Amino acid sequence: MSAWEVVIGLEIHTQLATRSKIFSGAATAYGATPNTQACLVDLGYPGVLPVLNEEVVRMACKFGLAVGANISRRSVFARKNYFYPDLPKGYQISQYELPIVEGGEMVITDATGKAKRIAITRAHLEEDAGKSVHEGFAENSGIDLNRAGTPLLEIVSEPDLRSAKEAVAYLRKIHAIVRYLEISDGNMQEGSFRCDANVSVRPVGQSELGTRAELKNLNSFRFVEKAINFEIERQVNLIEDGGEVVQETRLYDSDKDETRSMRSKEEANDYRYFPDPDLLPVVIDDAYINAVRASLPELPAAKQARFVQQYDLKSEDAEILTVSRAMADYFEACSESTNAGAQVIANWMLGELSAALNRDSIDISASQIAPAALAGLLTRIADATISGKIAKDVFEAMWAGQGTADEIIESKGLRQITDSSAIDAIVDEVIANNPSQASEYRAGKDKLLGFFVGQVMKASKGQANPAQVNDAVRRKLR
Amino acid sequence: MSDGPESLHLQTLSELSAGLAAGDFSSRELVDLLLRRIDDNKSLNAFITITAEGALAAADTADQARAAGSGGPLCGLPIVHKDLFCTAGVRTTCASRMLDNFVAPYDATVVANLANAGAVYLGKTNMDEFAMGSSNETSYFGDVKNPWDASKSPGGSSGGSAAAVAARLIPAATGTDTGGSIRQPAALTGTTGLKPTYGRVSRYGMVAFASSLDQAGVITRSAEDAALMLGAMAGFDERDSTSVDHPVPDYVSLLDAPLKGLRIGIVKQHFDDGLDAQCAARVKEALVALEGRGASLVEVDLPNLDLSVPTYYVVAPAECSSNLSRFDGVRFGHRAEDPKDLLDLYCRSRAEGFGPEVKRRIMTGTYVLSAGYYDAYYLQAQKVRQLISQDFKQAFDKVDLIAGPTAPTPAFALGEKTDDPITMYLNDIYTIGANLAGLPGISIPCGFSDSLPVGLQLVGPHFAEDVVLRCAHQYQSITDWHRQCPENFR
Repeated sequence: MSAWEVVIGLEIHTQLATRSKIFSGAATAYGATPNTQACLVDLGYPGVLPVLNEEVVRMACKFGLAVGANISRRSVFARKNYFYPDLPKGYQISQYELPIVEGGEMVITDATGKAKRIAITRAHLEEDAGKSVHEGFAENSGIDLNRAGTPLLEIVSEPDLRSAKEAVAYLRKIHAIVRYLEISDGNMQEGSFRCDANVSVRPVGQSELGTRAELKNLNSFRFVEKAINFEIERQVNLIEDGGEVVQETRLYDSDKDETRSMRSKEEANDYRYFPDPDLLPVVIDDAYINAVRASLPELPAAKQARFVQQYDLKSEDAEILTVSRAMADYFEACSESTNAGAQVIANWMLGELSAALNRDSIDISASQIAPAALAGLLTRIADATISGKIAKDVFEAMWAGQGTADEIIESKGLRQITDSSAIDAIVDEVIANNPSQASEYRAGKDKLLGFFVGQVMKASKGQANPAQVNDAVRRKLR
Repeated sequence: MSDGPESLHLQTLSELSAGLAAGDFSSRELVDLLLRRIDDNKSLNAFITITAEGALAAADTADQARAAGSGGPLCGLPIVHKDLFCTAGVRTTCASRMLDNFVAPYDATVVANLANAGAVYLGKTNMDEFAMGSSNETSYFGDVKNPWDASKSPGGSSGGSAAAVAARLIPAATGTDTGGSIRQPAALTGTTGLKPTYGRVSRYGMVAFASSLDQAGVITRSAEDAALMLGAMAGFDERDSTSVDHPVPDYVSLLDAPLKGLRIGIVKQHFDDGLDAQCAARVKEALVALEGRGASLVEVDLPNLDLSVPTYYVVAPAECSSNLSRFDGVRFGHRAEDPKDLLDLYCRSRAEGFGPEVKRRIMTGTYVLSAGYYDAYYLQAQKVRQLISQDFKQAFDKVDLIAGPTAPTPAFALGEKTDDPITMYLNDIYTIGANLAGLPGISIPCGFSDSLPVGLQLVGPHFAEDVVLRCAHQYQSITDWHRQCPENFR
């Protein structure tokens, strides 16, 4: 195995978050009744013509600028011709020789923890096809054209990725950036973010590429990793057994965790690309590009660096906090409302909050505990009103909608006991109830300190200030 | 007009407009008369669909509008549409079995614009299948006869529109011109046919043949009528990205400016061996007449003109092969009975739905776009197209218009060229250049060759429809060729 080098390139299809389609005014919302969101243009009716939705150009420019690519001053839509029932016109409008975005790169962290640059070849605009529905139509197939004409940005990488893990890391970075730019909702279940992987292997040290297989239908990060790993093993085994990899398209079956052949190179279509005469070239000037650049938000890498510097966070924590804009915004909103300390906020967000969100499958933007509310809780830890342990109970009560931290602390009487005479009284009582342990402690069995502290905390229902309890026990048993 | 109501069919749109305005007759009377004439002359086969009921209702609406003083010049005037303009609720066949029963749920922009101007459409005209042909013989609905001689072709592809206007069944008809499909049939039927600048008139709702060449226009009996129609048809349409946002002047008001100082280019290649001697003589006489009106004649060179036919027959089929892919039997149009699988559905629906000329062009177009042939054919043709455009551009540095013959011969016999596509294609040799360069052109009658009409073509720079129309109008003000009516249709 170690004698083989893996070479992977990804083609990522990102559905752009426009309200209407790329060449028509029909809506793009997901999940509508079949064929209710397809107008005459999407249906490919005789005589109708496509009109470009300018919003997609702006979105493609945002992406290009965010990855340091060149924005083409002139790009051209072309027709990709092939027959398929869910392709109403008999051709897909795409970009071929002159895409809107060329070049660019994305930096990932490789297996050794070092930064690695992955080159982006191009990103081009195109329309999606409809869907063939094979279930529920005896002997026939149904066609749903709601998706036909949905705008896509296809992002093509160079074959710079060397493992399934790197491929997933790159995919996650692209996923984060399109969501940061708010050009896609990135929803993989709904197919708004999907990828094909070109995978080949070659002996380490060989410069020419091996024959590649294109893997289709990879609609989750996990499947991308599993499919690529399966394919690497298949190719290596094949070659080591004296066989040869053939250039083909393979479909990943997540139920069986395997890839299988869809069609070979010989069966591939000749798409007969040519410039679409119904659409003018897309011409972009510097002023437009500058305006788009000015509208770009702070991007994940920059934000991560700033979090480390400004908040003195650990780099790993800063990376996770900046995976999505919502997460980062939550953190910053929280830190504005409390003096609890950035690392405490980070710990709580990556601990309790993330666990609760995952458990209930809720996005942070819809969290039932708002940033200011979490800040309110963390403030009460910082000012010693409650202990960290009690705070976890308060958090759960807040999550269950029982009120603010202060309301819950008050109504449940969770305020920490800091009155030293009250603490002394409990300590006295615990010592009196445990005379033999007291004698042992006094005889030098120091380990029993923890026992007494625990008993006091238990007697105070956790509300006694732990530091004060510690002091009182030591003092009383001296 | 001294003519009685029974001779209204001989009048031009402009004359009829004046008559309606004066209250000499109603739109309903006029439409009624023309519907009867259309019915009496079915043997021409100029129509695929006649919309009598809708036309009479629209005529009544127009009469009410005129009575209320709100109608414009086209209000209540009868027209017909070539059967590739989509008309809501009325079938649009493109003269193909593929669309025999296709009813569009919307109006083409041209149809809507003319309806908004008050024009009343009486039906939809026969044509070459999907506008592919120069003789109207590729129609699924049969040949159209030339009103001047029923054994002759009216030209194509807008043959039904041209024949209907020539036979005085209608004063004006829409058409489309991809390689000469308005101008050539106008020449062969003694009518006036205007192809505007590419982008002047919206293509929305016009079933596409070759998108970069197709342009909607009009066939009438005078340049003045063409000006009137163009004013209503033209203009930017946000639904057609290739339509141009360029002001639409009042073409009619610009017709009378003098020709003095107008420089007319004569292309020497136009008068080479391929041109019929009588046609050449008629065209030269017309040029002399224009000189007499103050225009000057200047020789210009279009060195790449001989490449226009081969260039066209790469570009147009390439685009058509893609444009016609949507006719697959899945959503609309002809579908084969009992397909055994998807491939069978595609193959038989298309084999049964398309005629031989359409198939020939789809195959040619598929070939020239194929991997390994694209550079040698499609890309090469695009380069030559640029050269031809450059030739015109340079010529228009020296002249205001280019004049010459529209077609190399007068009307040819039906069946004469059907077995020889190349000879048929060469019939468009003088017209194709304007499509490749996107230029406006007009064909007007300039005399006869053995009792068959001969056409004079005028081509102008982009958006110079006003100059083209003015020159044509002034020629028609000193000649009466455009008023000649075939004997059986007076």
